This record gives sequence, structure tokens and C-alpha cells, in this order.
Amino acid sequence: MISASDLRLTFGKGTPLENPALRGMSLTVNQGEFVTVIGSNGAGKSTFLNALSGEVLVDSGEIIVDNTDVTKLPTHKRAGQVARVFQDPLAGTCETLSIEENLALAIKRGQRRGLTAAVKKQYLEQFRDSLSSLNLGLENRLGDKMGLLSGGQRQAVSLLMASLTPSSILLLDEHTAALDPKTAAFVLELTTQIIEEQQLTALMVTHSMKQALEVGSRTVMLHQGQVVFDIAGKEREGLEVKDLLGLFEKQRGLSVDDDSLLLG
Amino acid sequence: MLSEIALYGAIETGLIYGLVAFGIYISFRVLDFPDLTVDGSFPLGAAVAAMLIIAGWNPWIATGAAILAGMAAGAVTALLNVKLKILNLLASILTMIALYSVNLRIMGRPNVALLTEETVLTPWYNLDLAYHHVPVLLFVIVVAVSLILLWRFMKSETGLAMRATGANPRMARAQGIATGAMIVLGVALSNGLVGLAGALFAQSQGAADVTMGVGVIVIGLASLIGGEAVITPSTVVRALLACVIGAIIYRLAIAFALNADFLGLQAQDLNLITAVLVTLAIVLPGVRTSVIGKLTRNKA
Repeated sequence: MISASDLRLTFGKGTPLENPALRGMSLTVNQGEFVTVIGSNGAGKSTFLNALSGEVLVDSGEIIVDNTDVTKLPTHKRAGQVARVFQDPLAGTCETLSIEENLALAIKRGQRRGLTAAVKKQYLEQFRDSLSSLNLGLENRLGDKMGLLSGGQRQAVSLLMASLTPSSILLLDEHTAALDPKTAAFVLELTTQIIEEQQLTALMVTHSMKQALEVGSRTVMLHQGQVVFDIAGKEREGLEVKDLLGLFEKQRGLSVDDDSLLLG
Repeated sequence: MLSEIALYGAIETGLIYGLVAFGIYISFRVLDFPDLTVDGSFPLGAAVAAMLIIAGWNPWIATGAAILAGMAAGAVTALLNVKLKILNLLASILTMIALYSVNLRIMGRPNVALLTEETVLTPWYNLDLAYHHVPVLLFVIVVAVSLILLWRFMKSETGLAMRATGANPRMARAQGIATGAMIVLGVALSNGLVGLAGALFAQSQGAADVTMGVGVIVIGLASLIGGEAVITPSTVVRALLACVIGAIIYRLAIAFALNADFLGLQAQDLNLITAVLVTLAIVLPGVRTSVIGKLTRNKA
């Protein structure tokens, strides 16, 4: 379980570029929930994920992961509980390292690293098994450099790496946005498959309202650094993009002017 | 042509600079941390080893102390960068400048002679070997052991974390790697190797001098880049071999240049030759590909 309460964060405080990114953001994600997060540009989606993962520290508020207060902890100390896939397919893996070395890094996420060999024999079978589930033929290319793979392949491996060891929450930051439509569909399907199989708790930021409604069990919309609505269960079933827009306008008395949200 | 003694001398110095190149490989290549501390940690290693040997310490223990001194210098540079957020290049220049004073303090004077002292080389001279073969033999062993240890380290969990830190720090943090600690460890390790090189250099040359570090970074880089041009550094072990081979080739090239009378070069031209060689080593691989590119395009 992960719970964020009243998170506030302002970038460039006291400068002309002062930008309040989070203005009292609160959200609790229960064990096994798959939450999709939408919002227009500047709504605070990425900042929220960065705050959860520790890449930015909030000015005030509290983040609790499985009964531990992680509000002040840097990224690497939260990594054992928080797994992450980035938007940029090149960001989640090391292109100068081989596929097996990348997986070996991920299998020790959040654990102590010693002086024994990183790529151990007993890992290899597990690596091959998980890679073969991607159906990309990567199970025979363990020694290849990550840089030889395409963006979609690298994102698929990033996803695999994030789910190689258990975590309290999996953060997906628009992880299909930089891929072509076909690859994006493949990675999204893989995402839902992995989350279902391993019963992961996940938070997926997406730019597409359609995607937000199609996958997951709950949808949250952010606007100006706050949650404007939060729907799940029966309320969410059969909902379409135009209903979401109506909901948003009713909540805020505003109309959505971000074309990409409508078109996505 | 090169005399046999000059040839072995070049290989001997090349092996020592192979250790420097290992250090520069860790900072520049693995961590992507341009570290100039080596110009100070090389004479630091020499000074520490020389003074302890004169004080009657076992030369191997004195050499070990030189490694620790180098590591401490590297850790200072890394901490200036990681904790005080000083730009890495500037942090290393600050440490390098400070070390000049530190080295003078350690030695108490600009240079210290070791000619009559017992060094790590002394027992080896009792072996049935030609005089100029001894340092080469010993340094081959030291370099080989360092290479194997470094290779094993880079393949270990911690070593892999260090490589990830340099290649993709954001990903490394997300995997739970304390990137700051990795930078401190890596830069310390790098300068420990350079301290070792300084200590061995002082013992084989018979003196430690406060100015002996000038240009070490450039020579180390020349070795690294030259070696990479000969052996593509596609794996860790190839990259480490490239360091040693590059350093020896560089030293041989210098020896040939200085010995070739028709060029009219003298010892004082060394730094100029070094700068030219480094420039060529950086530019040539690019020239080669563009020439090949042109040739193939013409064919097509």
C-alpha cells in the first residue's frame, strides 16, 4: 500500500518562474490496485511520480509506503519498495551493458550489493524464462549489448526488470508514449499481463484518456497539482472518454482544452 | 635505432603508466568523471612511498600506504563533487593544486633520492636476470594482478553498480544504487592505482620529485585513447588490456621519436610530442572512418 497525503511542491520558489507543481495532492493506492492517472500538461503527473520515487523531495506532506514513512528518503533508499519504468525507453536500461547485466542489476534492486559475480549462473535460467515470455527472441541474446535493441524491446526489458523482484508499487510514467502505436500496444498488453500475473500494485500515468479507461481498476485525474476526480468499480465501468470530460467539467466548471487528451 | 636498454626502459615506464591508464579508465570511462587529481596523486604516491622507505619501512608496506594516500586524495575530489556539488573537473583541479603543497609537506623538500634505499625491486636484482629485465618482470606481475583484480571487480555486483552509475545515473538510482557512494569509491580506486604507479615509478627511477606529476593525466589519456584505437574496448577485459597496450605503445613511440636523430627531437620536446600524439589519437579514428566512408561511397 502506498499513501500520499497533502503533498506540496513548488519549483523555483521566490523566482519569477515560480511554479507550484503539487498543491495538496493526496492519493492512497491499496494493495493489488492498478490505478491509471490522467491529466493535461502541467497537471503534476510526472512530478507526482518523481515525488513517490524520491527523484524530487516534497516541500510538505507525507508519503507512506507499507507503513514506512519515506517522505525524506532519496531514490536509492526507496528503490526496494518502488519499481519504476520511465517514459524514455533509453532511460530504464544501460545501453553499454549487456542484457544479462541489466537484468542482474535489477534482480538486486534495493538490496545490498557485494563482491560476488553480478551475473550468477543460477540467475540465467530465470532471465531466459522471463525474456522468453516477451516472445522477442531475447532469451538467446543475453550477452548482447542493450544498445543493440530497439526502443520497444528496451521498454519491454525495462518492464521485465521492474517486475523481477517484488515491490510495494510499480510506477509507470507514460511508458508507452514514446513508442510507435503497434509497439505501444504490445508494451501495454505486456504491462497488463505482468501486473495481473504477479498481482502487482501499480500506478500508470498516461496521456490518453482512452488508455486510462481501458486498463486498470481505478482512474484518477489530476489538475493543477491536485486530484480532481477518482473513480473505480461500478462507477467506472462502461465509462467513455466523453463521460470523463463531462465529469471533469462538472467538477471544475472548466473545459478541457488540451487536444492531445481528447485525441489520444 | 633503439638500444635494448632504452627498449626495456620504455616498456618499464609503459607498464607503470598502464596502472595510471587503469585509473583513468575508471574515472573517465566507467564513471564519466573527468578527474585531473592524478597529476597530484601520482607524486603523492611517490612521496609517501619514498618517505616511508627512508624511514625504514618495508617497501611493499610503503607502497601499500601510497595506494591508501592516493585513494584518500581521490575520495576528497569525489566528496567535493558529490557532497558540495562542485563541478567534477573543478573539484579535481582543486585537489590537484592542494596536493602540490601536501606533497612538499610530506617530503619536506622538492625531491628525495632513493638510490641507496631498499625498494620493492631490490630482492629481484639478486635473481639471475639482466639488470634492465628486473623492473619489467616485476611490473608485468603487478600490472597483471591489478588487471585481474579490476576485471573481477568490474564484473561483481558492486562493480556493475559502478558501471551503471557512470552510464545511466537515473536508472542506477532507480535500481537502489547509491550513486554518490559509487562515485566516491570509484574515484578513490582510480587514484589508489595512480598512487601505486607513483610509488613504483619513484622506486624504479630512484627518486621522488614534486614535479613528477605534471602531465600524468595527459599521458594516461594518451595511453587509454591510443589503446582503444588498437583494441576495441567492447568488454571490460579488452578495455583494461587496451590501457596497458596503449601505455606501452605510447612509451615506445616516445622513445623512437627521441631516438630518431633525423627528427632532431630532444628530451625537452616530450610534452609537445605528447600533446601531438594525444591529438592524433583522438582525431585519427574519426579520420579513418570518414576516409573509409568516402572510399565506399565512391565505389557505390
